[in-house]
Amino acid sequence: MDETILSQITANSPPATRPILETRGMSLQFGRQVILKELSINFNKGETVAIIGESGCGKTMFLKTLVGLLSPTSGSVIFDNNDIQKLNDRDMTALRRRFGFVFQNAALFDSMTISENIGFPLRQHGVPKGKLASNLISERLAEVGLPNSVLTKRPSQLSGGMRKRVGLARALILEPDLLLYDEPTTGLDPIMSDVINELMMRTRKRYPVTSIFVTHDMHSARKVADRIIMLYPYSRLESGESQILFDGPPKLLDSTRDRRVKQFVNGEAGERLMEMLASRGKGHPDTLNLVNPSPFDGKDEE
Amino acid sequence: MATDPFPRSNPTSSRLLNSLHRVASVWGTVVVHGISTLGDISLFAFQMFGWMIRARPKRETLMPNFYAVGVLSLPVVALTGTFIGMVLAIQSYHQFKNIGLETRLGAVINMSLVRELGPVLAATMLAGRVGSAMAAVLGTMRVTEQIDALVSMGANPIHYLVVPRFLACVLLIPALTVMADFMGIVGGYFYSVIVLGIDHAQYLRNSREFVGGFDLFTGVFKSVFFGATIAIVSCYRGFNCQAGAEGVGRAATAAFVQSFVMILALDIVLNIFLDTVYFTIWPTGAKLF
Repeated sequence: MDETILSQITANSPPATRPILETRGMSLQFGRQVILKELSINFNKGETVAIIGESGCGKTMFLKTLVGLLSPTSGSVIFDNNDIQKLNDRDMTALRRRFGFVFQNAALFDSMTISENIGFPLRQHGVPKGKLASNLISERLAEVGLPNSVLTKRPSQLSGGMRKRVGLARALILEPDLLLYDEPTTGLDPIMSDVINELMMRTRKRYPVTSIFVTHDMHSARKVADRIIMLYPYSRLESGESQILFDGPPKLLDSTRDRRVKQFVNGEAGERLMEMLASRGKGHPDTLNLVNPSPFDGKDEE
Repeated sequence: MATDPFPRSNPTSSRLLNSLHRVASVWGTVVVHGISTLGDISLFAFQMFGWMIRARPKRETLMPNFYAVGVLSLPVVALTGTFIGMVLAIQSYHQFKNIGLETRLGAVINMSLVRELGPVLAATMLAGRVGSAMAAVLGTMRVTEQIDALVSMGANPIHYLVVPRFLACVLLIPALTVMADFMGIVGGYFYSVIVLGIDHAQYLRNSREFVGGFDLFTGVFKSVFFGATIAIVSCYRGFNCQAGAEGVGRAATAAFVQSFVMILALDIVLNIFLDTVYFTIWPTGAKLF
């Protein structure tokens, strides 16, 4: 990471608080493919962190590893002094009550109504039941700006934005300590994206929750996050480099000197297009038919 | 003349060696993959049995699966059973008539149905109708992160999704088998007695004489194993579905094909086992009831 930025972060950073979540030398590998390499990151209680980075750099995998959906190949994930890899099934289930996860496409259960979807964590953890549970479901639904009339509908009857809001209501139902969002604004129009951004900010104000969200949407990252972490694909790093290219408040993004961070933040292809073409033996970009690309172009980007 | 210390190998034998190497490599990969898959399925099944003991499935997860497996499969199983009974009568009639044994048709049709065709057909229909659907539903849940969502909310997907499907298949396939048997018997009787004009009393007497309780038990006993196989293979395929619509389609196809092959393989093993049991208990081949 940029030394100037490091010094600025040190100077501007708030007094150190106890991290609620930390990764210690966490690596993730599938076969020979290294996705994450020795990441050590602390997340403080109550802060909102945006994880950015180009497709394929392992952002979603990182998020899933934090809550035990994937197991790190080495290193550890510590949540509130619990090493989640060392917990037994019962303790892990109890700990999951403190996590909320908003999936990229909401991952609502097709076979259930919206009411059943939002109330699923309540039923799973056995609290509360009956009228109290119904009231809680309606309350959460109202918080995400949806009317009670959607409660009896199925996920397939809702729009993408509504599904994401239902996903958020479901994640909030148990008032978690840690809330994770996987690309919350992807696939939404700019207005609906901003609705989701506002909801995330309101959630932070209403609950003392630590939020981590993965996004490609720089507007969203700058608006919502207290801190931005940029990851870079391990396969393209130079020897000895960290996968974390940037870790700091949004306002420092523009003063970074790292070319790769600048390119990502400004949405510039830069030399990436040339690299991609060279690696595929397709010659100069001028000779490439960018209007009608091959159906296989970009297939390995995810 | 000095001899070449490093004689060149014969190009023909070299090509042959290369071909052999390729064949061995391909078959080796297939065998290793097969063993690895079998190991994975076994581990998956052990996990499921573990969860069956550890926690009782919830009624809300059981009932929809019981309905899908039992109630919705009943018409198609009954219809198939009826047709098979009639087809058996059509196919056997002329051969038996030529040797003057057409009144024995009842014994042949009913024996074939309750021992073999009823359970295998009910299982095949279940694999096609329910097994593929299970793989497709679970595969879609995997692809759309619904299984991850279950885990993230503290639910175990094997307990929540697989155990109810397994119980539905294992507990309801005997009833479907009995239904297939019954409708096959009715279809066979209808075609033999009503259409072909075989004597009603002799048809029934021969059926009673040759088909016993053990034959019925054999079919129902085998069906339990078929149901378990369908549920385990289909759920495993769904859980290990590759991404995308093509992945879901492949999982559904693989679920049916592999279930069907395993049903037939199990059928042989169980028939050998049951025959051994039968002749151990009744060496002269006496009837159980």
